[in-house]
Amino acid sequence: MNGPRIRRRLTPYALVLPGWLWLVIFFVVPTLSMLSVSTMTGNDLNGFKQTFHFSTYKQAWSTYHVQILRSLEYGLAATIICLVIAYPVAYWIAFRGGRYKSSLLFLLLLPFFVSFVIRTQSWQFMLDDHGMVLGLLRTFHLAGSHTQILQTSTAVIGGLVYNFLPFTVLPIYVALERVEPALLEASADLYANKFIAFRKVVLPLSLPGVFAAVLLTFVPVASDYVNAQILGGARTTMIGTVIQTEYFTNLNYPMAASLSFILMGVLLIGIFLYARLLGTDDVLEMAAA
Amino acid sequence: MNGDVNGDANGDVNVNDGGLGDLPPDLLRGLTQPRVSRRAALKFGGLSALGMALSACSIAGTKGKGGNLGGQAWREQIATYWSQQKKKGHLDFENWPLYMDVGKKSSDHPSLDLFTKQYGISVSYHEDISDNSSYYGKIAPVLSAGQSIGADIIVITNGFELENLFERDWLLPLDQSRMTNFYKYSSDLVRDPSYDRGNIYTMAWQSGITGIGYNPKLIGHEITGWKDLLDPKLSGKIGMFNNSDDIASAAMCALGIDPEASTPSDWKKAADWLKKQRPLVRKYYDQSYADALAKGDLWATMAWSGDIFLKQADNPDLKFVIPEEGGIIWTDNMCIPVHSQHPLDAMIYMDYVYQPKIAAMLADYINYITPVSAVQPIFEKEAKDATTKDDKAYYTNLASSPLIFPKPADFARLHRYRVLPSTERKAWNALFEPIYQS
Repeated sequence: MNGPRIRRRLTPYALVLPGWLWLVIFFVVPTLSMLSVSTMTGNDLNGFKQTFHFSTYKQAWSTYHVQILRSLEYGLAATIICLVIAYPVAYWIAFRGGRYKSSLLFLLLLPFFVSFVIRTQSWQFMLDDHGMVLGLLRTFHLAGSHTQILQTSTAVIGGLVYNFLPFTVLPIYVALERVEPALLEASADLYANKFIAFRKVVLPLSLPGVFAAVLLTFVPVASDYVNAQILGGARTTMIGTVIQTEYFTNLNYPMAASLSFILMGVLLIGIFLYARLLGTDDVLEMAAA
Repeated sequence: MNGDVNGDANGDVNVNDGGLGDLPPDLLRGLTQPRVSRRAALKFGGLSALGMALSACSIAGTKGKGGNLGGQAWREQIATYWSQQKKKGHLDFENWPLYMDVGKKSSDHPSLDLFTKQYGISVSYHEDISDNSSYYGKIAPVLSAGQSIGADIIVITNGFELENLFERDWLLPLDQSRMTNFYKYSSDLVRDPSYDRGNIYTMAWQSGITGIGYNPKLIGHEITGWKDLLDPKLSGKIGMFNNSDDIASAAMCALGIDPEASTPSDWKKAADWLKKQRPLVRKYYDQSYADALAKGDLWATMAWSGDIFLKQADNPDLKFVIPEEGGIIWTDNMCIPVHSQHPLDAMIYMDYVYQPKIAAMLADYINYITPVSAVQPIFEKEAKDATTKDDKAYYTNLASSPLIFPKPADFARLHRYRVLPSTERKAWNALFEPIYQS
C-alpha cells in the first residue's frame, strides 16, 4: 500500500506547479526569446533572421555605455539617499508608532494612489526656473539667473528618490518591527547604553530588511525610464529610455534586446558583489526567513 | 519576388509573389472585409513579433508587395476596386488635437456639420493622434494582423511613419477620379509632393514650418538663424526636438545642405554640428517645449510655427523666425488605411475640404499653412467686409501672415525631410539617436 505515500510525496510538487508554470511562461520563455532576438540581424520591413550576430552587443556597449553607467550611478545615488531617509522613518514608525503604526504606513503610501507620471509632472512645476523652489532661493539671493534645477541630474535623482522611497521603507520597517523588545531590555540589563544597544542588537537584526530594501530600490531605479524623461535634460538620459526608443520608435529589436541583457548582466554582477560584501549566505537566509 | 512570408493572425500565410499589379482577390476582399474578429486580433496582434521569434527563430518582416505603382494592370485593379464601393453614409476620422474648426461649443465642428448636411454622411471625429511614432505603434500590430483600425481617414506627417505605411501597403490608393476640387484648388506645395508623387495615397490636411521660436526680451537681441543656437551666452536656455528627423534636418540646413538630397556623409557632418551644440542644450523636447518657452525656461528653441502663434496669446513677447540658412516644411496628410469600412465616404470628404470656402473655415481656426491658396483672397474680402475693428485686424493679419501664406522667397528657404527607406533608417538612427538621448 504505497499509494498514500506517493501522493504525500507528490503533493508539495503539485502545490508549487502553478508557480513554476507562471515563471516558465512569463519569465523563462520571454527571456529566452529575447536572448534569441538579440543576436538576429535584419530590419523590420524585411524581417529579422537568426545569424548569431554577437557584435550587436559590442555595438550596443560602445554606443550606449555612457547611459548604462549613468543609470548605475543614478541608481546607486538614489538608493543611498533612500536608505538615509528611510531608515529613521521606518525606525520611528516601528518603535514609536504605537497604535498609529498602520495609519502612519498608510500616510506613507497615500501619495502613491495618484499616478506617478502626474506626481513627477508636478515636480516640473515646482522645480522650473520660475517655480516655487528657485523662486524662493532667488528671493534670498541664493540662486543666480542661470541657476537651474530642472533638467539636471539633481532633479532626476530627486525624482527617483521620491518615487521609490516606499520600496525602501517597507522592508526595513518589517525587519525592525520583528525585533523583540525583550532583547533591548536584556541589553540594558547588560549595561549597554541606547547607542550600543542599537549598534549591537537592532542594526544587525534589521540588516536583512536593509538588504531587501536595497535590492527592491536599486534594480527598478536603475532601469527607470520616466523620471529622466520628465525631469531630465540633454545629458541625463538613462538606459531605460534608450531601450524604449530602440524598441518602439526605431523598431530595432536586436539592439533593444542586447541593451536589456547588458543591463541585466551588469545589475546581476553588482548584486552578486553586494551580496558577497554583506556576508552572502547568512544575509540571504535571513532575508528569506 | 523575395518569397517573404507574412504570418497572419488566423494562421493564414500570404506568400508575396508579385507586384501590386496582380493584387490577389483575397487582398481585394481584405481591403473591405476584416478576415478575423476583433477579439482574435487583440489576442494575436499583441503577441506579434516576439511570439513568432520563438517559434520560427526569426521575426517576419512586414514588407508590402511594392513596385509596379501606376502600371496599367495596377490602375485597372484600383479602378475596379473603387467602382465596387458604395456610399455608406458614415465616416470615422482620426486627427490631431486642435486641428479642426470649432463652433460655439467645443464639440461643435461647423465644417463637419455642413458636410453631413450636404452629403448625408455622418462623421465620428476623434482627436486620437498626438505624435506619429506612438500612433504608428498603436495601429501597426492591428494592420499587420489584417484588421481594420476602425478609421477611414487618418492624418500622418510626411516622414518615417508615412514611409512605413507606403512600404507595407497599409494605405489605399486614392480614387483619382474623385479628386476634382483637389486638382482645381490645391496649392503647388501639396500637389504631387516629393514624398508621394502623383498623390497616389495622400491629400494634404495642413502644412507647417519647423524654425526657431524665441523671446527677444530675455535674449536681448533678435535671432536670425540656426547659427545663433551655437551662442555660448544662451547656454542652458536652448531647446531642440527629441526626434532624429527634426534635429538632423535642422543641422543640415545650418550647414547649407538640402536635407532632402543629403548623403550619409552629410549626415555625419550634421551629427558633428549637433554634438558641438549639445553642451548648450537644456533638453531635447517633445511638445512640452512650447510651455517651457512661454514660461521663460527656454530663450530660443526649435519650434513649430502654429505653436508659437498659439503661445503668443500667453506671452506676446514670443517670436518665430524661419532661419536664414533654411527651415523645414512638413505636411500632415489625410490617407485611407486598408480595411477601411467607408472608403468612398472618406474620398468624398477629402475632396470636400478642398473647396476654398471650406478650406477658409478650417484655416480661420487652425492657423497653419492651408493647402488651398484661394483662401487668401477670401480672408482679404472678410477683412474688407468686416463690421468690427477687431475682425478687420484679425483677418488682415491672417491674410498677410507669412506663416499661413508663405511668400515665394520664404519657400525658397524651406526644405523637406529626407525620404528614408527602412534600409537606410538604421544608419540614420545610429547617428542621431545617441545625440538626443545622451
